[in-house]
Amino acid sequence: MPGRELRVGLGVNGEQRNIEVSVEQTLLEVLRDQVGLTGTKECCAVGECGACTVMLDGRAVNSCLVLAVEADGAQVTTIEGLTARDGLSPLQDAFVRHGAVQCGFCTPGMVVAAHALLTTTLRPTMAEIREGLSGNLCRCGCYNQICDAVAEVAGLVAAPAR
Amino acid sequence: MIGSSERRIGGADRASGAQRYVADVRLGGALHVALVHLDCARARIGPIDATAALLAPGVVAVVTAQDLPQPMPRFGPTYADRPLLAVDETKFHGEPVAAVLAETHEAAREAAALVRVEHEQLPAVVSIGQALDPGAPLVRDPALRAADDPLRNTNRLSEWHFGWGDVDRASADTVIEHVYGAASTTHFAIEPHGFMAAPDGDGVAIWSSIQHPYVLQRLVAATIGLPVAKVRVFAPDPGGGFGGKQHAKYEPLLAVLALRIGRPLRLVLTLEETFQSVRSPTFEIAMRTGFRDDGTITFQDIVVDGMLGAYADIGYRVVSKAAYLACGPYRVPDARIEVRALLSHTPPATALRGFGSPQMAWAFESQMDAAAAQLGLDRVAIRLGNLARRGEAIVRGAGDTPVDGDWAQTVQRAVAWIGWDTPLPEGHGRGLALGIKSSATTGASYAIVRLLHDGSATVMAGTSDMGQGARTVIAQIAAQELGIGTERVNVVMGDTGAAPYDMQTSASRSTVFMGTAVLNACSEIRKKLRQMAAETYRMPEATLELDGGSVRLPDGARSFVEIMADTFGPMLGEVIGIGERRGAHIPGHPLGGHAAFYEFSCTASEVSVDIETGEVQLLRHVTVSDVGKALNPTHVAMQDEGAAMMGIGQTLMEHLLFDPQSGRIENLGALDYRILTTKDVPLEMASLTVENEDGPGPYGSKGTGESGLLSTAPAIASAIRDATGVAIRDLPITPERIWAALQSARR
Repeated sequence: MPGRELRVGLGVNGEQRNIEVSVEQTLLEVLRDQVGLTGTKECCAVGECGACTVMLDGRAVNSCLVLAVEADGAQVTTIEGLTARDGLSPLQDAFVRHGAVQCGFCTPGMVVAAHALLTTTLRPTMAEIREGLSGNLCRCGCYNQICDAVAEVAGLVAAPAR
Repeated sequence: MIGSSERRIGGADRASGAQRYVADVRLGGALHVALVHLDCARARIGPIDATAALLAPGVVAVVTAQDLPQPMPRFGPTYADRPLLAVDETKFHGEPVAAVLAETHEAAREAAALVRVEHEQLPAVVSIGQALDPGAPLVRDPALRAADDPLRNTNRLSEWHFGWGDVDRASADTVIEHVYGAASTTHFAIEPHGFMAAPDGDGVAIWSSIQHPYVLQRLVAATIGLPVAKVRVFAPDPGGGFGGKQHAKYEPLLAVLALRIGRPLRLVLTLEETFQSVRSPTFEIAMRTGFRDDGTITFQDIVVDGMLGAYADIGYRVVSKAAYLACGPYRVPDARIEVRALLSHTPPATALRGFGSPQMAWAFESQMDAAAAQLGLDRVAIRLGNLARRGEAIVRGAGDTPVDGDWAQTVQRAVAWIGWDTPLPEGHGRGLALGIKSSATTGASYAIVRLLHDGSATVMAGTSDMGQGARTVIAQIAAQELGIGTERVNVVMGDTGAAPYDMQTSASRSTVFMGTAVLNACSEIRKKLRQMAAETYRMPEATLELDGGSVRLPDGARSFVEIMADTFGPMLGEVIGIGERRGAHIPGHPLGGHAAFYEFSCTASEVSVDIETGEVQLLRHVTVSDVGKALNPTHVAMQDEGAAMMGIGQTLMEHLLFDPQSGRIENLGALDYRILTTKDVPLEMASLTVENEDGPGPYGSKGTGESGLLSTAPAIASAIRDATGVAIRDLPITPERIWAALQSARR
């Protein structure tokens, strides 16, 4: 059984943590199994699906491809960190209103990827939104609703009629 | 309220990461399980050496077939044919030969790699041609089949002969004959399959991301020999199902081992293992169709071969049920449909959104295009000319459900949206196709609704909310009937110990079956409240009228809450209603009963094709579905458009590739398998409905959720043919196939 012989310092959603990890543990495993933040999802575990997307020092990454030791000293933002204390963020709310949430398993990674996109690209075009989210797979097929939700927050399209 | 796009219940939890899927549930003291499998489909299993694995830190046990009860317990929804672990021979790439139990996930995985399995690779049956070859190795040991099974010495699991009239005596001006292939695809729910089992008093508790918890409960009970009541299944909302999470996989193994070891066990499959667990049957459909010169169909002569995996699962029914409607939504005077379900050394084939119906539409709609081209007829006109009208039989002579919609309206909406008669730019093409699926036939759904003293309600309904939004629609129905807001309704699902029996969540049945059960339960509550009002206020019951969430008395209305308060007094109470909806079982009927309704849809698509590369660009795409009544229009559109997206992937890119020698799946994983991304969606897309309130479900609803992909493939193929002149008859329609067809057309 691999020992947890290394200590990393990690800022998780603004809170500084010292965590004992083993050398081969991924950031995804540490977040889910040791920090107890299960909002970040595991699907392919090899960086192909985007379900485990988190922000590492402001950049969207597949947390399954980042070793925990590589993240030493970094600031990590997970889906839990994007959720406002009193409810959903405007982006999360737009996802729900646009019908961009079906089974929901890709949703946390998708929301984080969209948040990162909106942070780095102030007023993205629809093409930039599609490009920016193309690493996140949604098998329920909500791509149009997802892109519309992000576009609404970016000020490109109106809120859906009820 | 009904007909409004109420906010998705559970939407906020999913968007914030708070939704707990099975892998997010942690059981204290759980051991982690890793499976050991071989890198080929079929192999004779020799000695298994677990010495190194057992010495690894944290490993508690390594279990092989020999350590399990003898004879090996087998399970399956209809055929109890699947062993807990492979016995003597592996039957598909990924079938486990051993299981490692360890204190951590990493330890279990690492030790699994240390288990040495001596084995001899054997030739595998991985194609329909191989499965039909009398000289091929038998997938199933004849000793495991019934002694009087005439097919026991073949790779045919079962055969059916459907039809009516006399095809051999039917005449035609033109006969169109082609064979259509449809590759096996995999579900690729983004949530991999996850399972847990734990001793629970004198029984066992199971956690699984499963669509049919009640079937799982029955199978686990049968495997262990426990009363059904001693098996409790917790089914957290699945992260996508699409049919792949209908039936048991490793839950029976975990249940046996958890009871033996006395600790909870946890197994979450990798995505590769998930790919190796579920797929759709491979289809080959040979279709010979007679037409008169005016395009009228005179007969259909069809042979359907569906290749299942090594174990039956529910794949045999996918093949037979889909083939039952292989003539499509058309008037066909004479029909013969021969159907064979074949065993192979591939992962168990099971239901996949559409249940084989998209593959049938692929064939019968491609035939319509071929006929239109040969007879010089418009592709829409030939379809409308043959389309059966309301009340007509599409399957003749069996007393089946007649056409239950004004289907031409559906076609005309698609024609209008796509602009069928408008000119197209050079290199563009347009296609249109119809699809039909028989809904659920038999089976029961029960619901218990409790109206609590404050006027809020708890609904216990065993449906699985796997993304379709079942909770929301069920809450909407209860809210409507009890005169309250959906925010006052709590829907309890995913626990066989709490919610009553529901046969399954599949076949777009939940709105119609469970929805009706909930509606009936609410009706019982309303009746009881009227009786209570009559007794409490000493009024003749006949003079009282129900009005929304209240009862009208001569001196004014009393709300349900007031009636309960006046009846129960300070000790409180509640009013309970029980509802059910059962589809009658008809012995001897090939489907077990008549369709509750038909899912009918029309897809129209406009494409451009790069003739130098064969690459297809989807420009405009519309689905129109006859849903009877959209109880939540946003949910309907999400489902319908999502189905279309899956259908587009299956049409243009998705297929599982089996190595013909080893039977290995060559494209395990997201990158090698490939599904649609944000960059592959049509430039313009719409999802429309026809709503005539003519369905059997609440408020005239029919089921939906599969409609959007029923006719995707033939519509896109038709558009590609329109653009290029070449007809592709094998799915998926890859650029390579188009390019090759264009090259041979040029020659």
